[in-house]
Amino acid sequence: MEYFLQQLINGITLGSVYALIALGYTMVYGIIQLINFAHGEFFAAGGYVGVIFMSYLLSQGAPAWVCLSGSLILAMAYCAMLAVAVERVAYKPLRNSSRLSVLLSALGMSIFLQNGLMLTQGVYDKAYPTELTQGGFEMGNVMLSYMQLFIVSLTAFLLVALNLLVFKTRMGKAMRSTAQDKVMSALVGINANRTISITFAIGAALAAAAGIMVGLYYGSVRYDMGFVPGIKAFAAAVLGGIGNITGAMIGGFIIGMVEIFAAGYISGEYKDVFAFVILIAVLYFRPSGIMGENVDDTRV
Amino acid sequence: MTIPEFKKHWTSLGIGMVWLFILLWPLLGIKPEGLEVASTFNVWWRIALGCSFLLFLYQLNSAGAFRFISRPAGAVAGSMKSATSMVPMAVWFVIGIACTALIPQFAGRYAQDVAINCMIYVCLGLGLNIVVGLAGMLDLGYIAFYGIGAYTYALLSVQFQLSFWICLPISAGMAGLGAWLIGYCSMRMRGDYLAIVTLGFAEICRMVLNNWMSLTNGPNGVTGIKAPGLYWFDFTNGMTLEHIWLKKLSLVYYVILILVVFTAIAVYRLQHSRIGRAWEAIREDETAAEVMGVPTFYMKLLAYCSGACFGGMAGAFYAARMRFVSPESFTFLESAMVLSMVVLGGMGSIPGVILGALALIALPEIFREFELYRMLVFGGVMTLMMLFRPQGMLPSKRTMRSDKD
Repeated sequence: MEYFLQQLINGITLGSVYALIALGYTMVYGIIQLINFAHGEFFAAGGYVGVIFMSYLLSQGAPAWVCLSGSLILAMAYCAMLAVAVERVAYKPLRNSSRLSVLLSALGMSIFLQNGLMLTQGVYDKAYPTELTQGGFEMGNVMLSYMQLFIVSLTAFLLVALNLLVFKTRMGKAMRSTAQDKVMSALVGINANRTISITFAIGAALAAAAGIMVGLYYGSVRYDMGFVPGIKAFAAAVLGGIGNITGAMIGGFIIGMVEIFAAGYISGEYKDVFAFVILIAVLYFRPSGIMGENVDDTRV
Repeated sequence: MTIPEFKKHWTSLGIGMVWLFILLWPLLGIKPEGLEVASTFNVWWRIALGCSFLLFLYQLNSAGAFRFISRPAGAVAGSMKSATSMVPMAVWFVIGIACTALIPQFAGRYAQDVAINCMIYVCLGLGLNIVVGLAGMLDLGYIAFYGIGAYTYALLSVQFQLSFWICLPISAGMAGLGAWLIGYCSMRMRGDYLAIVTLGFAEICRMVLNNWMSLTNGPNGVTGIKAPGLYWFDFTNGMTLEHIWLKKLSLVYYVILILVVFTAIAVYRLQHSRIGRAWEAIREDETAAEVMGVPTFYMKLLAYCSGACFGGMAGAFYAARMRFVSPESFTFLESAMVLSMVVLGGMGSIPGVILGALALIALPEIFREFELYRMLVFGGVMTLMMLFRPQGMLPSKRTMRSDKD
């Protein structure tokens, strides 16, 4: 039972990271029907920029909460800018060309960014400062570290903020209407290009937050760490019904849980396989996902 | 070009460059010792200068400053094209093969090595060309079939000492079987979803290869694979048949050359058969093809499986040539590499795929000193190519692209 509880806590932690990345995928897919392969790289870049600012602030003698929140905000802002730049360069000119071209352009961007990170930051792991994240609560043999508490509560905060943004503000209304019909929303005076850029920026900022969390949780970041979590988060987005924000959150938590429980109870080596198996199974049996409406034939 | 347009270009370049500086600065300039601008600036001014120069050239070109060069050059290119089209395709094909067949006689070991590498990728590219170029299905997991082929030969050779020539069709068959398994589940999907499923399948394959210690020896790989063998006449005492191992690089070279020629002819024949036409119909408009009576599900499955078979053959050769296989060689990046060969060269066109493989394998060898920047440039070129010439360097003649999906 204690083992189960421990795994549950770990699963929720990992799931919240996947949920944050999945939101970016789902929002971008919802608005321009593009699998943004570079999204995993925003996640990695966020982790890197986070560690850079964090160690800089720490070396300047800033207190822990300033280090954490400062680097979080700076990394999110950085990735938002990066995402807008990528969208302008690689996706916007291709808005009316074939799906294959855009997908390949995204793939090229992903390789470009990954290698850019490698060239500027080196091929080795970059360690996060550990002194910020020690300690935790202990109940019997179940351990809830401050880090996990930080990750889960920050995720909850970001998810609530995003929901408020999407469902309560004018900007969110513009995003939802652009996702439904670009031409019609342009006719009623919504600037589609700006809306798409903002969607990219928000998605990348969430991915950057996830990158910092993963960096803090595992203690280090690597230039190619974006790929596998990116695909798993995409699996989460598909599982929840792509284009659906609530679905992406639920999907992220499910994928995180499945991964942790599969690693704990079945086999640690094959834990990555389960996310892909779920992905294939969902696409086969219910391509619209848990929360999605029926997807029309051209999109499947 | 009008004056406002001119100004607009330079303003957007300026904004872009400021933006780039902000993006570069944290990655290059923030050290624990303090903020440093010099190293960022050092990289940045080169990029900025290069971009300004390119924009300058572009503006000159659109103002018509280069017309005195481009017009005669265009005329020369046109007449060259009409002259080359006088000679039938088959003649060019034979000349090309003859030239490649002579390479081991005149070139050194290094050049042969590069050429063999290149030809493996030509095989892979031609196989993927069936799936992506002809049938229009985006496959991001093609390298899995290469891996299946390589491991099939490696294991059969190490465990049962089977000969390369027997294993070649078996490897192709195993890869085809794998493709059938995954294809049967996923052929209902189109576009992006198919891409992601194939990607997931390739990752599953790689993880299985990596973790099934008892069969594949995990990340350590399989060693002790036999080279291809051949019976050849031996005239030392009378005439006898002697078995020789094709371990010498120049002999291995001819094996892959034969494979390339076989693959190219097979793909050409497939493309110009009824099946090939059905594939192209599916690529152009799947719904319309189905309405016209093309069994789209089976045709797509067939394209997927036959593409995989060629991948499996290339894999078997790879195992025989390296005499060592490990899961490291079958990563997603390789898939992306083969896919970009097909796309950069020109989808659905055989010379295009060959050109793409040459460009992506041979060119980086020439620019060896920029090794570090290789993948960076690769990613950038892939995006730029999609922006400026999405149909590839040598596009296929038989397309009806409306450039809309």
